[in-house]
Amino acid sequence: MPAKVVTVTSGKGGVGKTTATANIAAALALQNYKVVCIDADIGLRNLDVVLGLENRIVYDLVDIIEGRCRLRQAMIRDKRLPELYLIPAAQTRDKSAVSPSDMVRLCDEIKPDYDWILIDSPAGIERGFRNAIAAADIIVVVTNPEVSAVRDADRIIGLIEAEEKGPAQLIINRIKPDMVKKGDMLSPDDVLELLAVELLGLIPEDESVITSTNRGVPVVMDGKSRAGQAFRNIGQRLLGEKVPFIPIEESAGFFNQLSRMFRKGGG
Amino acid sequence: MVKTVTVKGIREGILFHLGDQNWETNYQALVALVKERQEFWRGAKVVLNAAEVEITSDQLLALKDELSQYDLTLWAVLGENSITQKSAQLLGLATRINRPEKNEMTELEPIYHQGETAIYFNKTLRSGYHIEYDGHVVIFGDVNPGAEIIASGSVLVWGKLRGLVHAGALGDESAVVCALDLQPTQLRIAEQIAITPKRHGKPQPEVACIRDGKVVAEIWNYKG
Repeated sequence: MPAKVVTVTSGKGGVGKTTATANIAAALALQNYKVVCIDADIGLRNLDVVLGLENRIVYDLVDIIEGRCRLRQAMIRDKRLPELYLIPAAQTRDKSAVSPSDMVRLCDEIKPDYDWILIDSPAGIERGFRNAIAAADIIVVVTNPEVSAVRDADRIIGLIEAEEKGPAQLIINRIKPDMVKKGDMLSPDDVLELLAVELLGLIPEDESVITSTNRGVPVVMDGKSRAGQAFRNIGQRLLGEKVPFIPIEESAGFFNQLSRMFRKGGG
Repeated sequence: MVKTVTVKGIREGILFHLGDQNWETNYQALVALVKERQEFWRGAKVVLNAAEVEITSDQLLALKDELSQYDLTLWAVLGENSITQKSAQLLGLATRINRPEKNEMTELEPIYHQGETAIYFNKTLRSGYHIEYDGHVVIFGDVNPGAEIIASGSVLVWGKLRGLVHAGALGDESAVVCALDLQPTQLRIAEQIAITPKRHGKPQPEVACIRDGKVVAEIWNYKG
């Protein structure tokens, strides 16, 4: 089966697109799928840092497109997850170095030999965004439970619908359960009511995301992290399994997590 | 150089008329024109009138890419050549422009009723969506914050209204705005501007209109 292309986008910057891309990719790779991540944020690359692969970059996306290297030469293989590859963005160029049809051609070349392609989109609605969604089979919109991020997500979803690439699926990132309970933060229901799209995942605020990003180890590889569990669930849902959403009030007991992992391993 | 391509500003954006030379010549001329005025045209939508010129889908795609470098969006291709028409359809471009957006094509037929016109949208208008219409606007769906509706007549929303709405935009003070949940970011009727106060309690259908020179919203009562 040719690879499915998943583009992670958001409109607003800083909501966790890159973190989500890295972790969904790692979650799928943990299930022994062959996964390629493409950083489409040319000029502002950081997926390599989050995956801990920045010191191994030789060639990048623009080198492939402009023919300075072969596809395989630019693909960096992750040592911890041998079926996870990264095509990094160029840091010294800008979005105009790539066109939407370049992205479609690149993905078509990758598709036959892999299971999943994850594309990390830049923020914004301009050229970079168009590049990122050009080849997408599934578009995942990441938002935070705050009014400005939701407004931008709404705009992005509208653009995706206009391009007939939809329906988009939604990840709500950085939910603070105690703030939601007090009514100080938009609840997932509030966000979904406005955006009216399918929910793919709810990620609680979790400090281990920051430490894992700094260390370059995706948080899904941390069995104790709540956010890691939420990303693993997203991976499962992309694979077509029905995983219940973790209720946001539930406290993250270690045994709770363990039993959930075992249940998942069994099913 | 012989002028091959001519340009015209239209309601939907910019319209390029190709000359009767082959595609290559036309393409070069078009790109040169775009380069020349890229600042002025930034963000515009482009309609290409190919007339008899034959354009393959690859050529069209190349043009679309090239235009997107200048922040121009190619959305429609007109012309009599059947290959060109097929290429346009293949890329999902519109082949007629009597209606503003390709994704609104099925929804923008005006309805004539007692001399008044209205357009009907059977969908939610998301942030960034903009409707300007000389007549009434009826929406079956929500209007999200960041969406804008400007109508010379009344605006009816069967859903939540949270965006910006301007009814009676040409000065008609008898225009009304009604919604099942009336919470627009800003509401204008004719020359009057109002901001919705914070609501407490359950949403109820409301009608906003001008009374004594001010915008007022009243809970809708079907008994009148």
